[in-house]
Amino acid sequence: MSILGNRVLRREDPKFLTVGGTYVGDLELPGALHVVFVRSPLAHGVIRSIDTDEARAAPGVVGVFTNADLGAGPMTPMGMVNQSMVRPLLAEGRVRYVGEPVAAVLAETHAAGVDAAELVAVDYEPLPVVVDPVTAAETGAPILFDDVGTNIAFELNFGEDPSFFDGCDVVVRQRILNQRVAPCPLEVRSAVAEMVDGRLRFHASTQAPHDVRSTLARYLGMEESAVHVVSPDVGGGFGAKGGVYAEEVVVAALARNLNRPVRWTETRSESMLGFGHGRAQMQDVAIGATSDGKIQAYRLNVLQDCGAYPDMGAVLPFLTRLMAPGVYAIPKVECSSRSVVTNTVPVTAYRGAGRPEATAAIERAIDCLAAELRLDPAEVRRRNYIATDAFPVTTAVGTEYDTGDYAMALERALEVAGYEELRAEQARRRSAVAPDLSSEGAGGGLAPRSKQLGIGLSSYVEITAPMGGGEFGAVEVKPDGKVVVRTGTSPHGQGHATAWSMLVADAMGVSLEDIEVVHGDTDVVPRGGGTMGSRSLQLGGVAVSQAAVEVVDRGRQLAADLLEAAPDDVVLDKTMGRFHVAGTPSISRTWAELGAASLDRDGQALQAEVDFEAPGPTFPFGTHVSVVEVDLDTGQVELVRHISVDDAGRVLNPLLFGGQVHGGIAQGAAQALFEEFRYDADGNPLTANLADYSFVSAAELPSYEWTYTETPTGKNALGVKGIGEAGTIGSTPAVQNAVCDALSHLGVRHVDMPATPVRVWEAVSAASSSVPAAAAAARSEPANATNGGA
Amino acid sequence: MIPAPFEYARAASLEEALSFLAEHGDEAKLLAGGHSLLPLMKLRLATPGVLVDIGRIEELQYVRDEGEAVAIGALTTHHDLSRNPLLRRQLPVVAHVAGQIGDPQVRHRGTIGGSLAHGDAASDLPAVVLALGGTLVALGPKGRREIPASEFHNGFLETALEPDEVLVEVRLGKSGGTGWGFEKLTKRAQDWAIVAAVAVQREDAPGGVGVGLVNMASVPIRAASVEAALADGASVAEAAELADADSDPGADINASVEYRRHVAKVLVRRALERALAGPAGGDGAAGAAGAAGGAGAASEGGSS
Repeated sequence: MSILGNRVLRREDPKFLTVGGTYVGDLELPGALHVVFVRSPLAHGVIRSIDTDEARAAPGVVGVFTNADLGAGPMTPMGMVNQSMVRPLLAEGRVRYVGEPVAAVLAETHAAGVDAAELVAVDYEPLPVVVDPVTAAETGAPILFDDVGTNIAFELNFGEDPSFFDGCDVVVRQRILNQRVAPCPLEVRSAVAEMVDGRLRFHASTQAPHDVRSTLARYLGMEESAVHVVSPDVGGGFGAKGGVYAEEVVVAALARNLNRPVRWTETRSESMLGFGHGRAQMQDVAIGATSDGKIQAYRLNVLQDCGAYPDMGAVLPFLTRLMAPGVYAIPKVECSSRSVVTNTVPVTAYRGAGRPEATAAIERAIDCLAAELRLDPAEVRRRNYIATDAFPVTTAVGTEYDTGDYAMALERALEVAGYEELRAEQARRRSAVAPDLSSEGAGGGLAPRSKQLGIGLSSYVEITAPMGGGEFGAVEVKPDGKVVVRTGTSPHGQGHATAWSMLVADAMGVSLEDIEVVHGDTDVVPRGGGTMGSRSLQLGGVAVSQAAVEVVDRGRQLAADLLEAAPDDVVLDKTMGRFHVAGTPSISRTWAELGAASLDRDGQALQAEVDFEAPGPTFPFGTHVSVVEVDLDTGQVELVRHISVDDAGRVLNPLLFGGQVHGGIAQGAAQALFEEFRYDADGNPLTANLADYSFVSAAELPSYEWTYTETPTGKNALGVKGIGEAGTIGSTPAVQNAVCDALSHLGVRHVDMPATPVRVWEAVSAASSSVPAAAAAARSEPANATNGGA
Repeated sequence: MIPAPFEYARAASLEEALSFLAEHGDEAKLLAGGHSLLPLMKLRLATPGVLVDIGRIEELQYVRDEGEAVAIGALTTHHDLSRNPLLRRQLPVVAHVAGQIGDPQVRHRGTIGGSLAHGDAASDLPAVVLALGGTLVALGPKGRREIPASEFHNGFLETALEPDEVLVEVRLGKSGGTGWGFEKLTKRAQDWAIVAAVAVQREDAPGGVGVGLVNMASVPIRAASVEAALADGASVAEAAELADADSDPGADINASVEYRRHVAKVLVRRALERALAGPAGGDGAAGAAGAAGGAGAASEGGSS
């Protein structure tokens, strides 16, 4: 019986739960110097001078460096983006956000470095600041890159068809903020660099060690072969550790230039101002439908805030566009976008990276449409799903979905939720309760008298491994029978060791305990794409699985030679991990014997290497139902239930699957209710620590009601899709829709995220003070009205 | 996240703490649980020359029945307050509020004396002590003096303590807190209150009730207008409408001034309802509400 599909406990956990992992900051490196960065206190300004004399003379200081001292960089944007918006490793001539590194102090201890950093005197001339991306896109806005002359880094325009909404009985428009958030992994950024035998050895806290290798080589002007990257345990990344940060290149440059070991671990406060932020889209949606709720046309205009330098954030709208229509069969879809720079922390990939934004937009639009047509949101979804028998299907934006069964996921989720009962309870509360401060409650009045129920739906489809590419996997049998797996996807919490071991154990008939999974060392693993975009299992897992199958073939060949039999007559007994001639199990060869025999024969290990390239991405899907209680007197929202039905193709291990969904729901709900990275008008961060930034905790979340279905994909032999980001993608709009739903009878159509107490209270107050006006303003506009969005 | 250089002196006794303070004067700062001071030092917003650590002075860790009053040693942690049998019996509001502060780590380090002496308007215990009409005891070179809670907080993070004095004890009359209600609105369970209100029945107060407000001014305050209105025979709802009358709230990332004023009325009304609920219904209803209260909405009360 196969181990695949079983709830195998994570092999990683005993270590993490007892002695703990080994992170970059834990590495012992005698004599290493500590880097401390001097960071800009200004959001935008000209650097008139940097005086490092006093800092250089401070005790324990080895050197103080500015950009010109490094001989490395600058960092250039991705291909599609305006190539003139380059980033020096340390600010040169101008600072563009609070927290931007301006100088690097190298000291014998961290404390000495922190003291000396205070002595670096930077003379700034303040410049006008632009924080709001809407303003940044307008003419006359402060310009971050003078020689570029515009803040626009990247645009996707697919034309505005004036007849777009012709034939629609109703068109609903809404501006939606998908706010800026901070990823906040437990492990902040950290790097250790040293020169070893003329090569740079760089320990990185990264999702993609091989990308770190090539990026460092490029910015340092070194051969890739002269760079060795090692990624030990990594304490979370959420997409924002998918690239290389300027500070990391500085650490490497200093180690190389001085030929001394150098280390850096940022503080949480630095991390909030330096680690990439996520999301940060302003969306204008317009959705047109017939009066019976059949969607005819959907337009999504995205204004993407890139932060001060166009990083991955600049191209997030490209991914948003891929998934703009979501799970719906919409004949016409337009999606245009504009990515602008602002005086804020650069925006990068964050769990879902552009796809959650697409889902949030369409799922809010559906609910707005349902409210306009006075239809049940579930019913509007039913009427518009891509039909189950239509797959594979190419959407109006050209994305080809592999497999799906969206209606099934909805019905299952509604059933688990008890949707009809929830609606009945909602109606009961609405009719029984009027928010009235001045009335004393009858019967003691101790129960909150104003808690409304909100029920939110979100049907999502997402694209996993969206950037294509292949992945490396290798399996080797050692002479002692142990099996070593090398993988190009380097995990940071996902459970690769467990998952890959299961695949290998299933193919080869070896026990999990005899399998070692090796990753994250570019000298040991020759190639790798990394862990992002929910790509690991469907690319890296498949590569490992195929390598195991190849090793079985080679093992069979070798066993046949040793047993003097034809290979076709030799079978692998997976319960014993032995090859024997069919019908003669008493004469067999074990994996250990074959591993040794292979070496004895020609010095070659019994192994296989595979570079798996998939024919295309995959499209997991599901439906989430969220139930909230909203205290109308205070605006406080409590998430009381969250139901999710998720389908990511064939399931390798429900425990790992559920773990990914579990954390994803927490992160997604947190965006809906709590998290927002905020700036004041001068570009000063207002949420730069975990007291002010409302990182969610277990106390704010209910136990989830999670279930899954299996609709395999044909894009790989395992039938698997990715699941790393789906929880985040599905949950956010469900929770936000629930909040809006709780208030809909009061005339509130939309509440932006996060739905904080004050924001909800203000929405309720505004609606109750002008119900007719608010309703009129929020409702439909003439079908041929031009879209006023950015 | 590394403080500026400082000297460190650990006081083994109250006497030694006082002598350190006398020696170093303005340069010295007392360290108890450290949950307010150390973050400020790490951000280099506070740069004391000498840190006098009083955290291990056991003689200031107690809760004692002294007849008319309950005496609480200044270094009693929030956790110990929350579990103390005497408080749970005599002044359950103190035990309850202490058990709602921050998270378990904070409650095991933070102390009632530190909370009061730091004087943050967003802290919960100062408002409770105010509502209960407590007395703070300070010890200095000139001896021991008692300061009414209503005269202790002078301004933003300023107290009546002299630089050479140590807050040693909090005294709370037993008449307070038979019926009580505490309503705390937070973003997340571990956060400071956006606004909180505490109401306690007090035999010694004209209206029979003391009301304290958290985060409604630069200092912890009493809602004196609410108390006076109740004394004049106003209903709970009428009195609660005056909840912001004595306040001067600020705006921050969590709330506007208008929102704070509004929410103060809601929370005071709810706290009063709980505090004044009859003995029969009080405990049961409070228990049910407490169990239902989840993220960010801590509300409880009771009566005996």
